[in-house]
Amino acid sequence: MSKALQVVDLSMKFDDQEIFKKLNFSLETGSMTALLGPNGAGKTTLVRILMGMLSPSHGYFELADDVKVGYVPQFRNIDPDYPLSIKSFIELNTPFWKSQKVKDQVNHILQETHLKGLADTRMGEASGGQKQRAYLAQALLDQPNFIILDEATASLDPKAKEELMSLIAHLNHEHKMTVLFVTHDIPLAKRYMKDYLYLSDGTVSQGKMEDFKESFN
Amino acid sequence: MFAYEFMRNAFWAATFIAITCGVVGVYVVARNFSFLAHTLSEIGFAGAAFAVLMGLKPLTGMLIFALLGSIGVGELSMRTEQKESSISAISAFFVGLGILFLSLSSSASSYATNILFGSIIGVSRSSVYQLVGLSVVVLLIIFAIQRPLNYDSFDHIGAAAHHINTGFVGVVFLVALAMAVSIGSQVVGSMLVFVLLTMPSSTARYLGKSIPSMLAWSVGLALLGVWAGLCLGYITNWPVTFFISLIEVTAYLLVYFTHARKKRA
Repeated sequence: MSKALQVVDLSMKFDDQEIFKKLNFSLETGSMTALLGPNGAGKTTLVRILMGMLSPSHGYFELADDVKVGYVPQFRNIDPDYPLSIKSFIELNTPFWKSQKVKDQVNHILQETHLKGLADTRMGEASGGQKQRAYLAQALLDQPNFIILDEATASLDPKAKEELMSLIAHLNHEHKMTVLFVTHDIPLAKRYMKDYLYLSDGTVSQGKMEDFKESFN
Repeated sequence: MFAYEFMRNAFWAATFIAITCGVVGVYVVARNFSFLAHTLSEIGFAGAAFAVLMGLKPLTGMLIFALLGSIGVGELSMRTEQKESSISAISAFFVGLGILFLSLSSSASSYATNILFGSIIGVSRSSVYQLVGLSVVVLLIIFAIQRPLNYDSFDHIGAAAHHINTGFVGVVFLVALAMAVSIGSQVVGSMLVFVLLTMPSSTARYLGKSIPSMLAWSVGLALLGVWAGLCLGYITNWPVTFFISLIEVTAYLLVYFTHARKKRA
């Protein structure tokens, strides 16, 4: 198996506060990893570094040449009056005048994320699970082969959680997509993820999800 | 009605201004900039009054003040915690400044009325060219940044995660907004510029579900307002601004209540 991501001696400090120190780990292409850890351990900080939205204080990371990362952030500003339909939301990062290719791509992603029948529903009126699938669909429009999801299931009911997780499993299985899934939900991670990264007290440990024994929060 | 040149001029200018305000308004509402747009118009009022004092065209002063103001106020609105209070303070200061300039200039009070409440009827041919030119510039700016602007305005977090330079998009949009406020004030006055800048687009949010459809509704409603307003103003000799605000507010309330009823049902 080739490596999709290699993290070397990665450290992060905000002013005097050290978030983590000298993290070393790698993720294999096509792996499914849960990024676990207590609140404030630096999970989102680590993700933001990997997304190039923050610079680490020390160390570096390398993505394989053919890796294209998609990212689903933790929070979105979608209030109940938000006007755009699910389809319009997904295609926000496309040109105003769309080519047939872009239209086909959007339709394909709507189908794959089970949103085809809801394409015309306003995002503000969509359920939590539908919104999360739309966020994922928007990220998928860039055709990534590595997807990072930050607490995507945090506010979902059990059924919506299962729906989203089976979709992620499908992406991993069918498209060999590498998945890094930030979560607090250990039982859910045990059901769907194969590996774990555990971030705590400024250090990281890695292993098979079935062997994960820690408990936190 | 169109036999008179002043009416033809008013129609041409109002048409372009309505299109511009309709387009810019969609992003003003999406970015929650309604209050900021109102503040810019008050800064513009001080600029217009300053221009009168200096013997310049009010539009020139308005443009300069609104453009400078957009950068300062925009910065504040993005960074300060107490953004509402700080913007209120600035807008109060500039209205005071405008009143001072007007009293110093000892111009007829009709000047103040025109700046505050609009004076599209009586606009000269050369001013029409200027207003149309400025409208085209604003539309070109929006067109040039439309893709990142759409993304940033309707999904700021997603846009930032996609490495879109949201700061740059914000500044360019503020420049376009300052220009739209200045030219919009020529029709409905700086007091009521939000009638063209936020009312049609707020209505459009209930009617359209995609950005193109919202733009179409917003521009359509703004055009309906200014065209009907000019006609009714011509017939009744009442202020055009009154009719425009009546039409835009009625459309908004109608759509709002229909939407609220549908949602409850």
